[in-house]
Amino acid sequence: MIRTFSYVALSGTLLFSATAAATDDTTQQYINTLTELGYPAPKANELVHIPPTMEDLENASLHPELKRVIRRGYDLFTNTQQLRGENVFNNMNCSSCHMGEGRMPFSAPVWPAAVTLPNYRGKNDHVNNLEERIAGCFTYSMNGKPPEYGSDNMLALSAYHQWLAKGVAMYPEKPIYGRGFPAPDRPAKLSYARGEAAFDENCSVCHGNDGEGLRVGNHTVFPAIWGDMSNNWGAGIVRVFTAAGFIKNNMPLGQPNSLSDQEAWDIAYYMSNQERPQDPRYTGDVKDTLEKTQERFHKHSMYGQARETDGHVLGDHNNTGEKPFLKPDSVRPRTFE
Amino acid sequence: MKKLPILLTALGLAACSGFALAEADATRGAASAAVCMACHQADGSGMNIPGGESWPRLAGLDAAYISKQLHDYKSGKRSSASMMPFVNMLDDQKIADVAAYYAGLPATKGKGSESANEATLKRGQQLAERGDWSRYVVSCKSCHGPDNQGAGAVFPGIAGQHAGYIKTQLQAWKAGTRKNDTQDLMGSIARRMSDDDINAVAAWLASQSASAN
Ligand code: HEC
Ligand code: HEC
Ligand code: HEC
Ligand code: HEC
Repeated sequence: MIRTFSYVALSGTLLFSATAAATDDTTQQYINTLTELGYPAPKANELVHIPPTMEDLENASLHPELKRVIRRGYDLFTNTQQLRGENVFNNMNCSSCHMGEGRMPFSAPVWPAAVTLPNYRGKNDHVNNLEERIAGCFTYSMNGKPPEYGSDNMLALSAYHQWLAKGVAMYPEKPIYGRGFPAPDRPAKLSYARGEAAFDENCSVCHGNDGEGLRVGNHTVFPAIWGDMSNNWGAGIVRVFTAAGFIKNNMPLGQPNSLSDQEAWDIAYYMSNQERPQDPRYTGDVKDTLEKTQERFHKHSMYGQARETDGHVLGDHNNTGEKPFLKPDSVRPRTFE
Repeated sequence: MKKLPILLTALGLAACSGFALAEADATRGAASAAVCMACHQADGSGMNIPGGESWPRLAGLDAAYISKQLHDYKSGKRSSASMMPFVNMLDDQKIADVAAYYAGLPATKGKGSESANEATLKRGQQLAERGDWSRYVVSCKSCHGPDNQGAGAVFPGIAGQHAGYIKTQLQAWKAGTRKNDTQDLMGSIARRMSDDDINAVAAWLASQSASAN
């Protein structure tokens, strides 16, 4: 009991209930639900934030016009397919990876970006703001072209992110509970064959035998995990540890933490050995691209490596999927000079 | 390279699973379905029976889903005293035929939402379309497809089904008496649902249309 209260005392961002006692209960319940699902409890120094829901938005004292824009951001986040052919060139929605409408811990909840940016980002070696972070997921995860900075859609998406961060102080010093897709410890050996078998057993009922997923009409029911309709080679989830973290914490759908660490890593390794659209940073040669991006990114992926089963060099192609171009204009260095 | 052998396996599976003895024939299926009408009705609409055992609507359900259920009753993977005598009358060919017959009938309306109040329906809609992540109840539509009208052969349409039937099925999963779902996918969700939530989602789904047109 005493231990659990200390999380609450340290969290500092739980502002949604009228009284402190009610807040403690809410937080405790939130943590209990997560630990019952197999997630670790927060460490004593971690910041716990329960992002507000869309119902909370209706009751919030914000300008009605702002509420309307946040609702639009929510709608774009959960049905990003409405931008298909314009900004999105695969079968993903933002919520395909950021589960629970971008609110779930251990599923890269998106609100931390709103309170930690602008900041330096290793991936592109410069200072990014929230819009540029969102643009990153459009460019790589959606195999797309981000909406213009400052456009209605970009502003609506940013507003939704910021709303989810309501009450958290800017630039928090404590580590954020459940940020990203925390990976379990990497086991000593990863096996393609075991990964394939575990995929067939646990995942293919929804994602298909060839990772293609399932669409009904214009709607994605189950997103593609590799192939032309999936994210491209530049997306964060192509890093084997990120995929392992995503899978362990979120899949199979509705059964988080049900796979062993070994299974999650084996499946991640198997999935990371399949083809997908080219990295927008491609220079025309896979070895050259690898050299330029290895240090900051691809040292954790299988990009440019020969697949152990057939020697196929991953990413050695010009295929950009459905997207009729390689690189959107948003991928450019910033020097602030 | 990879797609080809997988496609062949899929075809191979369908061919030896016993569903495809001869091509499924809806006309033959109509004849076999004569004994089913007492409960499932001539138009396949079933019946919502408040306080009693409801008969599910079969009209317009996916054929592969229907035949899986009939095989499951027969093998004991799913149990129902009401269905047992009737499913025992069906061999594999007849199962394929009645499945094709019911799948081809136009979907009828779900019943049982009439007495639900607005707050209940609103809660039901939330669960169906957005889920309740604070209890890790994933939205129904994330498996049952757009508008909960079904996704492929594994995830049946549940919109426009009778509230009484939806309720008893979710309660059966919760109690562990229905467990014929692939990988416990449905059971994992149902076990996290309260009775109120089950009633709410059943009412809302019953008020929805079973098909796009
Ligand atoms: C294919 C999976 C995938 C999709 C789809 C996706 N993302 Fe991401 N997103 C990631 C990964 C991986 C990370 C990095 C997580 C980490 O830190 O390890 C991330 C991180 C983020 C972050 C930063 C979170 C933080 O902790 O700072 C934001 C914001 C974000 N994504 C927004 C979006 C938006 C908006 C969309 C839709 C346009 C989207 N994402 C689509 C995989 C995805
Ligand atoms: C019951 C269906 C189901 C099963 C089984 C399932 N998934 Fe998923 N998966 C989904 C859905 C739905 C999403 C998108 C999340 C959302 O829309 O809420 C998703 C998202 C994903 C994503 C991120 C998006 C993408 O396409 O890359 C990956 C990776 C993934 N699943 C991998 C797996 C793996 C690996 C397994 C097996 C261990 C698995 N899934 C089992 C339904 C399923
Ligand atoms: C005495 C009434 C009765 C008769 C006659 C009857 N059924 Fe049923 N049927 C039921 C009930 C009740 C259920 C739900 C049982 C349960 O809870 O599993 C059911 C369930 C089903 C299901 C599962 C539906 C679903 O959505 O999962 C199928 C398929 C089915 N029946 C087909 C038939 C066929 C075909 C016949 C005729 C050969 C038939 N039934 C005859 C009462 C009947
Ligand atoms: C993770 C995937 C998943 C989710 C989420 C899910 N279901 Fe299901 N559901 C299934 C599967 C799989 C079946 C088919 C079981 C079988 O094959 O017998 C099913 C079957 C059902 C049935 C029985 C249909 C029939 O005709 O007998 C009902 C009712 C149902 N689901 C309701 C719901 C409701 C309500 C929700 C949301 C609260 C929901 N499901 C969410 C996977 C899911």
